[in-house]
Formats: sequence, C-alpha cells, structure tokens
Amino acid sequence: MNFNDPLFGIVVTGLAYMAGLAVNRKWPAIHPLLVAAGGIIVFLAATGIPYEAYKVGGDWIEVLLGPATIALGVPFYKNMRRLRHSLAPLLASVSAGTAAGMASAACLVWALGGDRTLVPAMMAKSVTTPIAMDIARMLGGKPELAAVFAVITGLFGSVCGPAFLKLCGVRDDVSVAAAVGTAAHGIGTGRLVRESELRGSVSGLAMTIAGIAGSLFAAVLALIGG
Amino acid sequence: MLGLVILLAFEAAGYAVRLLLHVPLPANVIGLILFTLALQFGLVRLAWVEAAAEFLVKHLMLFFAPVIVGTMAFWPYLKTQLLTAALSLTLSAFVVLLVTGKAMQLIGRRSRGEEREHKHEL
Repeated sequence: MNFNDPLFGIVVTGLAYMAGLAVNRKWPAIHPLLVAAGGIIVFLAATGIPYEAYKVGGDWIEVLLGPATIALGVPFYKNMRRLRHSLAPLLASVSAGTAAGMASAACLVWALGGDRTLVPAMMAKSVTTPIAMDIARMLGGKPELAAVFAVITGLFGSVCGPAFLKLCGVRDDVSVAAAVGTAAHGIGTGRLVRESELRGSVSGLAMTIAGIAGSLFAAVLALIGG
Repeated sequence: MLGLVILLAFEAAGYAVRLLLHVPLPANVIGLILFTLALQFGLVRLAWVEAAAEFLVKHLMLFFAPVIVGTMAFWPYLKTQLLTAALSLTLSAFVVLLVTGKAMQLIGRRSRGEEREHKHEL
C-alpha cells in the first residue's frame, strides 16, 4: 500500500481508536484518546512513516468533526427542558470560568518568565480550537500555537477534569459537565457524552458559551490594548 | 445517510452565515446553534437525523485523534518552552475547572432551593 493514500491514515486512526475504546472498557481510568493518539504517534515514530503521509488520511477523519459537533444539537434538543432551566446559571458560571482561565493563563506565563509569544495562545487555550485560533489572532498571537494549546488542554481536561472535580467536592452531573465543557471544549464533551446524554449536552452547551464568552473577552481586551 | 447530509448542510449554512454576516464564530458553532433552533422549531424532524447524529456524537472523540497527532509537529518549539507551557496550561486548566464547577454548584444549589420554595407556594 502507498502510505500517501488516504486509506492508510483512515485505517490507522480507526484501529487506534478501537484499541483505545477496548483498553478503556477493560481499564476505565485510561482515556481512549490517550491510547489512540499516543498509539498513532508511537507507531509513526517506530516505523519512520512521515507525519505528512498519515495526515492525508487523518484529514478525512477530521472532516467529520464539523458534522459531529453540529450533531450535539440532538442531545441539546432532547434535554431542552433541563437545559433551559440551567441556562442562566450556565451563562454566569461558564463566563466566570472562562475569564478566570484567560487571566490565570496570562499571569502564569508572565510569572514563570515564559516567552511573550506564549501569552495570547495560552489565554485562548480552553475554547474550541477554531475559536482559540481567532482569539489568539485578535490578541496578536500565533493561531497555530493557540490550536496546539487548545488541543492539549482539551485532552488534559478530558483526562483529568472529572477526577480533579471529584477531589474538589464537585460531583453533581450539571456542575461537572459545565466545568469540563468550559475547560476542555469538544474533547471533554466527547468523553462526557459517552457517560450520559445529560452530561454530554450540558458540556456541549458550556463549550458553546465558553467559545462565545472567550471571543467577547478577547475583543474587549484587543480594544483596550489597542 | 439523510441525517449526515442534513448535518453537512448545516455546516455549510454555518460557513455561509460566517461569511455573509461576519459572525465571529466558527462555522460548526454557528451550524450547531442553527441546527438546535431548527430541531426546536420543527423544521428538522428528530427522526431524520437521530441515527446519524447519535453515531457521530458517540464517536466525537475519534474525530479529534488526528488533530492531537498534529500537535506533534510543534514539538521542536514546545520543547524550548516546556516547563512554562506545561505548568501554565495545567494550572490554568485547573483554575477553569474549579471556578466553573464551584460557581455552577453554588448557583445550582440556590436555584434548586428557590424551585422548592416556588413549589411550596403552589
């Protein structure tokens, strides 16, 4: 098989994802994406197959990210009564969390003496990837770097978020899902939606609100900063 | 198949709205908002999209796998900023989780309390 054929990346991604799900069924503490993405990276490194060859097929899988995100409308619709009741509290807590995230990211990079170019990308890290890129652009940063941080943050929040919240005494479905959706956007939502439809829909809604709130905050900051 | 086509059509609609009305949101977020409204107002029937949507949502994580693999390309740069990037990313993610989770818990508790009072009045 020619490695530049899209079939290669599609099959590798599909197999790695199925392996991730199988491992997760056996050991629920292990996040399926950690196995899937980690497995692909190790496989490419071990065989010496260039990332560009994998990407041809990977891009085909990524195309479905658009319709899959839009499909969250179905759990929204099914849980509409419950969600409508939580909408105002969600708006308040998700906006607070997003603002705290942007402020803490900027402060941490500054306090740790990091490269200035990290600041806008790090501030954008908690919102869904395309919005993160827009936010970094608005704040005069690198969109590609923002995308990388958004993806890593999403994976981190998806893996560690629920356990961390449990440790902090946050246990009810709506609060956990609001926090994970705000911190870890689609990747966090992807995990929660497998646990329950309510968790998935609250997380998806939190992700949407966080994206909108984040862009608004960034627009205001850009206006003040000139 | 019809379901997938409808979802793709809403993504295309998201692109169109973004382009024509200069809405500063990505096409899939605009599409999600439009799609939810369409379901709510009965323009799209649940039965048309349910099977496709449930499959896609169930496997939402799969579609992120290539995106995560793509971060590999940034490793040479990230290596130079590893400690700062790792610390600020994880700590700030914890801040977001904690602030959002605690705020939701507090407000949720209060609003559930009000609901109980309200039922009492009835």
